[in-house]
Amino acid sequence: MRSLAALSLLTLLGGVAGAQVLPSPVPQSEVFNQDNIGHALAEPTPDAGRTAPSAANAPKDDGQWTMPSKNYASTRFSSLTELTPENVRGLQPLLSFSLNVNKGQEAAPIVADNTMYVVTAYPNYVYALDLTKPGAPLKWRFAPSPAPASQGVACCDVVNRGGSVDDGKYIFNTLDGQTIALDVKTGKALWRTRLGNINIGETITMAPVVADGKVYVGNSGGELGVRGWIAALDEGTGKLVWKAYNTGPDKDVMIGSDFKPFYASDRGHDLGVSSWPPDAWKIGGGNVWGWVTYDAELHALYHGTGNPGPWNALQRPGDNKWTAGIFARDPSSGAAHWFYQYSPHDQHDYDGINEQILLDMPFQGKMRKVLIHFDRNGYIYVIDRTNGEVLSADPYGPINSSRGVDLKTGRLIINPEKETKLGTTVHNICPTASGAKDWEPSSFSPQTGLIYIPHANLCMDWMDMQVSYITGTPYVGAQVHFKPGPGGDRGEVTAWDPVRRKVVWVAKEQFPVWSGTVVTGGGLVFYGTMDGWFKAVDARSGAPLWKYKVDSGIIGQPISYRGPDGHQYIAVLSGVGGWSGAVVSGPVDPRDGSAALGFVAVMSDLPKYTTAGGTLYVFTLPH
Amino acid sequence: MFSRCLIRGVLAAACGTLVLAACSNGGASQGPPAAISNVPGVIASALDPGVDHSLVTPDPRAAQYYDNAAAVTTGKRLFNQYNCSGCHSNGGGGMGPNLMDNEWIYGARLEQIHQTLVEGRPNGMPAWGGKIPDPQLWQIAAYVRSLSLPQTLAAQTGDTPSQTPAPVPRAVADDPGWTPPPGTTNDYAATLQGP
Repeated sequence: MRSLAALSLLTLLGGVAGAQVLPSPVPQSEVFNQDNIGHALAEPTPDAGRTAPSAANAPKDDGQWTMPSKNYASTRFSSLTELTPENVRGLQPLLSFSLNVNKGQEAAPIVADNTMYVVTAYPNYVYALDLTKPGAPLKWRFAPSPAPASQGVACCDVVNRGGSVDDGKYIFNTLDGQTIALDVKTGKALWRTRLGNINIGETITMAPVVADGKVYVGNSGGELGVRGWIAALDEGTGKLVWKAYNTGPDKDVMIGSDFKPFYASDRGHDLGVSSWPPDAWKIGGGNVWGWVTYDAELHALYHGTGNPGPWNALQRPGDNKWTAGIFARDPSSGAAHWFYQYSPHDQHDYDGINEQILLDMPFQGKMRKVLIHFDRNGYIYVIDRTNGEVLSADPYGPINSSRGVDLKTGRLIINPEKETKLGTTVHNICPTASGAKDWEPSSFSPQTGLIYIPHANLCMDWMDMQVSYITGTPYVGAQVHFKPGPGGDRGEVTAWDPVRRKVVWVAKEQFPVWSGTVVTGGGLVFYGTMDGWFKAVDARSGAPLWKYKVDSGIIGQPISYRGPDGHQYIAVLSGVGGWSGAVVSGPVDPRDGSAALGFVAVMSDLPKYTTAGGTLYVFTLPH
Repeated sequence: MFSRCLIRGVLAAACGTLVLAACSNGGASQGPPAAISNVPGVIASALDPGVDHSLVTPDPRAAQYYDNAAAVTTGKRLFNQYNCSGCHSNGGGGMGPNLMDNEWIYGARLEQIHQTLVEGRPNGMPAWGGKIPDPQLWQIAAYVRSLSLPQTLAAQTGDTPSQTPAPVPRAVADDPGWTPPPGTTNDYAATLQGP
């Protein structure tokens, strides 16, 4: 039967020969669950207060969507109520717009002053569409012309996670390492600043954060031995204000007298040097390619740090500070305030760069100012964002690479059975290198109090290999093959109650859910699937209510906004790709399961379901 | 004269601005251009305007890497050691293109693959000429060519491509899908030493 299945896949792939049979799911008995490893400092106290973002971080909804995260709190909550579980069946596409780029589209459309702005994957075209006119005609377009060679040092497709509108500018990054501010009226560049150097393997794929007169940008390159940093540019001029590295001496990391980490393991002199073999920190990763969060209430900046390099952890004994963790910094000076390391001496590519949602939440009978982060290592961290204390760490996907988090020391408890080895394959490690969840952002509804987490259900086989550092080339040193997690459904949207620390509902998907979620005041959650469905489910029950098939798989960030006519609109980009979708959008062969850093092994059937594309879709009720 | 400039213009894409300059100077005002055989480079395009039949001029250095089992085995080891596998995986690609299909953007002959290794390519292939010893570049080229051979593909079991690549038969050099016009690939020794 296996050969028969392979044969039918062959036919669909146009006669490609090979063994593209999906690996068997990892048995449920091989992973832990919340009962064996979930930890919290105290029992839930839901009556102590209502969970919500502060007004400073989530001002009253003006119906626009000016930054990918919707607001500084990163709730991705739209208060609009026109669409409801009762009427969403009537939701219809109003228009579509070809992006002219058939690569992974991870950006959020941006809506400000009745104009929609979209940035594409490389070559990072920017389109401005006039929402006041039928069909939303182009106001202007901008082609930044990034260096084509940048495609060769982009780890996992040539994606871009979006731009922001602020103070008359649309600000975004290019793959070849530039930050550009465009005049929203004309589409002309007001300034462009080059921050990255592709000749050392550096690219930029993240969405810049604009706040407090500055633009915060970080680099990608954790798979190429690129030393991670975050920089602040002046919003008016593009000039560099500060730049902090995430490895190396305290001076470079901007660790000084203000640095007060909660846990003892993060205290000491130049740990960014001493927790590495000599000079390894110079090529050690810790990049800032995911979500940076500005806290308007506490005037702080939070950003995760990427995986240490190389993936082969045997070549870098030590905790590898300050990789795979999170910094709180002073947004004005860059000075570090605290740090917490999700995965000390990471052995599994568990970047710490996923989003953080800023909330006020009851804990131990009191309201605490927390950030909630869904790490690649499989845990939902609730962290007191005033001091970096971990309040709870619960699993939300299959885990066996660790046995929980020791909340006294803050340290991840490694499972020795799943530590990686040189030349020997360790089987069935959960979660995968891409994590229980990757970069795709969650949303929070203050109405339901739930967080809607788009994520994956994947495990992997891993073998370390010795790797040499050659500037500008991959610095990985691992042979990895992904496989489905327990149950075999490769993706899920989980509705999580952060106060009670419980799953409320789960929507299972065939493929990893690589799109963000958006939740609305009408009680709907929208997300897209890699096989090209755009879906609405009930925010309270997860019941499927509506779906629409688009031209290509969806890995972007849906949004909800109020149009010039006062009605509610939903927008999303299609265009499969990214690390997970490389087997469709990239020049990748499904016969090599190790391709695309091992992701192809678990996605070899995706070409049966979708093709590369790239289109903006806007939906609304007929009116 | 026009047609010669045209051919040399095509070559310029592979050989850099030097050739282009020679064409505009020589072609415009200094009489017949230098003999084509002095133009260095390997043709990378299958489009040869106005040519109805053609034969590639083999690079004599390529010959020893055909029917050579040791070359592909060594090439496989080097492919990993120089981090080629970081982008191209075990041939299936990732950051860089798939090498297991039979689609050769810049030509499938060993001298053409070697040329790609030496000069790099605009969409992200680094230039390795002068950085990796030339004999090793030939061995890597042989391994890369082997990846899509039916014999190599047939040896695959499971989802990791064959770890025992087949030697590259000389016959594949005679059927690269296209051939450049006679006399337009030449003087390899002068070209392929890298920076």
